[in-house]
Amino acid sequence: MSNVFIAFQANEESRPVVEAILADNPHATAVYSPGLVKIDAPNQLVVKRETIEEHLGQRYVLQQMHVNLVTLSGHIDEDDEQFTLSWKH
Amino acid sequence: MTVDLQAREIKPLRNTFSHVAKYVGNDKPATRYQEGTFGAQPTANFHYRATWAPDFELFDVSRSAVVMEDWYSLKDPRQFYYGTWTMARARQQDAMEANYQFVESRNLVSKMPDALRTKVCEVLIPFRHVAWGGNMNNCFIAAYGYGTALTAAACLHAMDELGVAQYITRLALALEEPAVLDEGKQDWLNKADWQALRHMVEDIFVLSDPMEVFVAQNLALDGLIYPLIFGNFVDGHVALNGGTAVSMLSAFMLEWHEESNRWVDGVLKAAVAESTANSELIASWANQWAKRAHRALVPIAELAMANAGDAALGDVVSLLEARAKKIGITLQIA
Repeated sequence: MSNVFIAFQANEESRPVVEAILADNPHATAVYSPGLVKIDAPNQLVVKRETIEEHLGQRYVLQQMHVNLVTLSGHIDEDDEQFTLSWKH
Repeated sequence: MTVDLQAREIKPLRNTFSHVAKYVGNDKPATRYQEGTFGAQPTANFHYRATWAPDFELFDVSRSAVVMEDWYSLKDPRQFYYGTWTMARARQQDAMEANYQFVESRNLVSKMPDALRTKVCEVLIPFRHVAWGGNMNNCFIAAYGYGTALTAAACLHAMDELGVAQYITRLALALEEPAVLDEGKQDWLNKADWQALRHMVEDIFVLSDPMEVFVAQNLALDGLIYPLIFGNFVDGHVALNGGTAVSMLSAFMLEWHEESNRWVDGVLKAAVAESTANSELIASWANQWAKRAHRALVPIAELAMANAGDAALGDVVSLLEARAKKIGITLQIA
């Protein structure tokens, strides 16, 4: 079992994204360091557009996430509704 | 000599202001929306009462028959404060400018059939005055409502309504000569089809309960007008008959309506959930005003879509009834 992670700049724009990720991935943990939020999760981490919209209260296009994305690790599976990191091929 | 640079984290002792922490706790930093909203309502030590309203303090919960334990629970799910709201609207304005450029550079308006263009002007232009009424009414909510959560959002909503009125004006100027604006105003003032609607808009002007204004304007009236006129008429009827340009030039309206519905529904849902008394009161307002809006829109629907108007109105009525159900009240319009 190995971790995947995703890190965002810590600001108002990324905040609903981080909250949504933590809500969708109960096994994930967030580490806050100055200016940065890093979310670690064993095996898999999923980002869902719908949950982000709930937290944000507005429409959201998953691509907007990249504005505040700092780094990530894992293989990416991405479409309009979700963005999944895992080690699966 | 070497200089050793290290990052050192300084944990703030407090994550937010104490008046905000009262509502959201001090566990994590409060959002800008929370900091701009909670605790901002003036509650005590008011100046003297206005001579024209000696029964009320400057900010007074008793101006509304709706009773809330905490008026801050009428939150805006979009979490709009000035910053986020202007950024969202600026993006939409950019999109609208691009639409205008597209339509103008390809001369799409002149490719519309003349009769259709005349029909669009005849139906849409008087709605400038309806949207301006929406501006007035939401200003009223902002002025006399209670709780920053509600009044700040109402103020933004009022400016949005003004924006809609301006977009309609700009659309009219893109379609025809400026004289159509005067013709539209004459229709609004004198033509029989519009009088029931004008009567309703003007009756909402003189309501004194901000929450009743909210229900009448934002739920009942706008909840029927936008899907009917900008949904069924513009995006359906007009677009199918060669007027896609009009759809593009009024794209903001439906998009905004769907977005602001979240706010309207969120506020009413919280107020209805508070108590049975609130729920009964809001349901009776909603029924009364939605029935009236429905009656006022019958001639407009026919003016806009002739025989298809009746069915279109029926559609938007069931849409609104379904929305009311989600809010937690029973709405029986027709």
